[in-house]
Amino acid sequence: MTPARSTAAQALPVTLLGGYLGAGKTTLVNHLLRNAQGRRIAVLVNDFGDLGIDGDLIEAREDDVISLAGGCICCSFGGDLMAALLRTRDRAAALDHVLIETSGVALPASVARTLQLVQGLRLNAVVVLADAGAIRQQAANGYVGETVRCQLQQADLLVLNKLDLLPSPPAPGLGPWVAQQAPQAFVLEATQGQVAPELLFEMPIPRGATARRQETRPTERPLDLRAGAHGIFRSISFAFAGAVDVEALERALSAHPERIVRAKGLLRGADGRAVQLQLSGARCITTPWKGKPFATGRLVCIGPAAIWNETVLRALVWRHAVPSAASAASVPPALTDAGQRA
Amino acid sequence: MTTTLYPARKIITMNPDRPVAGCVAVRDGRVLGVGTQDELAAWGAHRIDTRFAHKVLMPGFVEGHCHLSQGALWRFVYVGPHDRIDPDGRLWPALTTLTAVIARLRDAHERAPHAPVIGWGFDPLSLAGPRCNRHDLDTVSERQAVVLMHASLHVISTNTAGLQAGGFLRAGIDHPGLPLGPDGLPAGELRGPDAMWPVAEAAGLSRQLLAADADGIRVFSRLCVRTGVTTAADLANPLSDEIVEMMRRVTGAPDFPLRVVSMQRMAGQGPVETVANALRLKALSSDRLRLGFVKVVVDGSIQGLTARVRWPGYFNGAPNGLWYVAPEQLCTLLSHALGSGVPVHLHTNGDEATELALDCMQTALAESPAPDHRFTLQHAQMSTRAQFLRMRALGLCVNLFVNHLYYWGDIHRAQTLGPERAERMNACASAIEAGVPFAIHSDAPVTPLAPLFTAWCAVNRLTASGRVLGAAQRIDVAQALHAITLGAAYTLGLDHEIGSIEAGKHADFAVLDDDPLDGPPSALKDIGVWGVVQGGRVFPAATPVPADSAANRAADIHP
Repeated sequence: MTPARSTAAQALPVTLLGGYLGAGKTTLVNHLLRNAQGRRIAVLVNDFGDLGIDGDLIEAREDDVISLAGGCICCSFGGDLMAALLRTRDRAAALDHVLIETSGVALPASVARTLQLVQGLRLNAVVVLADAGAIRQQAANGYVGETVRCQLQQADLLVLNKLDLLPSPPAPGLGPWVAQQAPQAFVLEATQGQVAPELLFEMPIPRGATARRQETRPTERPLDLRAGAHGIFRSISFAFAGAVDVEALERALSAHPERIVRAKGLLRGADGRAVQLQLSGARCITTPWKGKPFATGRLVCIGPAAIWNETVLRALVWRHAVPSAASAASVPPALTDAGQRA
Repeated sequence: MTTTLYPARKIITMNPDRPVAGCVAVRDGRVLGVGTQDELAAWGAHRIDTRFAHKVLMPGFVEGHCHLSQGALWRFVYVGPHDRIDPDGRLWPALTTLTAVIARLRDAHERAPHAPVIGWGFDPLSLAGPRCNRHDLDTVSERQAVVLMHASLHVISTNTAGLQAGGFLRAGIDHPGLPLGPDGLPAGELRGPDAMWPVAEAAGLSRQLLAADADGIRVFSRLCVRTGVTTAADLANPLSDEIVEMMRRVTGAPDFPLRVVSMQRMAGQGPVETVANALRLKALSSDRLRLGFVKVVVDGSIQGLTARVRWPGYFNGAPNGLWYVAPEQLCTLLSHALGSGVPVHLHTNGDEATELALDCMQTALAESPAPDHRFTLQHAQMSTRAQFLRMRALGLCVNLFVNHLYYWGDIHRAQTLGPERAERMNACASAIEAGVPFAIHSDAPVTPLAPLFTAWCAVNRLTASGRVLGAAQRIDVAQALHAITLGAAYTLGLDHEIGSIEAGKHADFAVLDDDPLDGPPSALKDIGVWGVVQGGRVFPAATPVPADSAANRAADIHP
């Protein structure tokens, strides 16, 4: 029962996915599983109900645990989250990250407090999804409005989802309304739950009120998404099978502070060295990467939704991928994960 | 084919065509007829069993909302502030001071010094003096975990060894369920499932054991015999395949004295899967184990301040409670269940939760019209007249939690709801006036299983402090007796089989020492229960002799 004392640095990070029914939580979970990229993720869901995991991903299914390819698992906890958390903690050595998809009426802050009771786990971030077309109506509903407003208020990262289903462009009042409802949150636009996995897994999102969450593994440095960043953002991510001209990429990213407010990447330079890249404002830093080895280089860029232009960003980034037969063949632009509009 | 005639001092049949009789004839476990001994003798060869000649027979009581866990809990030490009778008939006197609680726990510890000490029924609100903390319980044992399950079943108190076992004896915990002591360590009270279960389970009080355990179910059935219950609804069971198999075995034993209706709680499955599973389980039903029902929890509890309450909210200003299901999911569940003929029982405590259930039911019925569905609101404690009228219009039944009036009525009046709304809680008179089929229940182990006590609560509406709470909602004894027999049977869709003593129904009787219709309403709860007849088998409470034993057969034979 009593675990070995673990420090926050060793603790397994847990990301909560909250939001009302229909916000796209399950779609996001599936997206993250399909783009796990070697991360061994445990997904805890209230019930398997609508979780349409692709059949070819499933290796075995046993009552309330589905084993997926690449070391990921999916467990249904059926209202008994504590028991599921303890089981997850006990297999922490075989996992890199835990995602909890909370029920549509759960308050993420309550789940976050429960998490605190389990030594060996630490909260990474509270991500709340909202259906951009329905959220204002849900927040005004006589029965669940108060619950929905609480969910928004408790978000670290608010994903304004399903933009593709909105009459374009979104109602002008939506942005300010969201900012008011979720004053602490970093707000990101998305379609079909396409949020860059790096945003959830490798970019701890600090929050004033709960600063003790900021403890991170030594090889990772938090990227404060919010400092100096206001408004609504979008993200795009890239995967590189081969090397990247890191210095040129740094210069290119730094040259567009209005379009790219934050970027983070794990890249392999032309000389074969692995580096971590971080951009905040116009300041771009690369440091040698001493963490877990990676096969595929990754880069995620975040910028203001108002002037978001993916074509420009793709052209900007791909130009610096070192042309090699292998990379050109295996990493077409279509591999980009995030920020695509349907 | 044996026919037995049971002459009795009085038989209250609950059948309006023959409300009272002097004799009942039983054949093949069913009622052959009710009338005079001469009338019944005309059925042919029979024997006469006179053991109930001085007793009053009623239809076996139907407890429409309880939990089989009550049986397993008696394995542990009762430390509650009200007298309670165990399944063997022993009275456990009320403990009204912490000193007395600790003394009883020490006693238990001395008898089993190498095991954790587990108590239940603890209610700190009813004890004078400062709140119990871990140091108080350390005086019971410093080495063994001491765990006190509170009456609500949602909170425990523990000692230092208990905190240690659960992994909570550490500084820096910031959780509303773990109040801290002056030293920064948890004070010893653990509120809510996430906080309490790691400690309770480490001490051996596991949820599986409470959910369904063969021995616990047998103990529970003895409690039923002692209180006149012949059918009990077990309102929230995980009903895994293993549990169902075990329950079929236990309830199928020839000397098992009870019909159990066990409902599957919707958890860990979506609405569609839940309904499909209920249909699958229904096929596994037997006479003494009825499956195929779904329970869904809409909100929390009023005393726990987690019920969803409409404006003006909680009297003490506490924020509104919690939803445990989203409206869309509830509508999907109800619509599917209506279309599949699977009865759903909805836990709604606060009036906002009841209103949501009514709205969803209205939507679902429009999608899946289903006459005579018997869906039932469970607790529905704050229901208003307008809501009872809607229940009637939507064909809903209601099962009111009248025992709350006695156990928490004073607290509802002073703290949670205030005088006006407390007085209209569990409004039986409004249910009758609106024509809503209704039952009344104990929710045992939350309050004691004892239908005559539950009926007494509905008739007298007295709180523990002796105040009449809502005189206008009192009902008469006959109405209350209907609620604990036919009324409850109706909510379970079993009124054609049980709930009254009349030709064709199961021979299920509560055997009483006195006539509840012929005494002061204030004495209803004090009427002695001799035992039951269940499916024609005789089960005395005093000597739990198996029905098919030699002694029983000998007693049955009269020339």
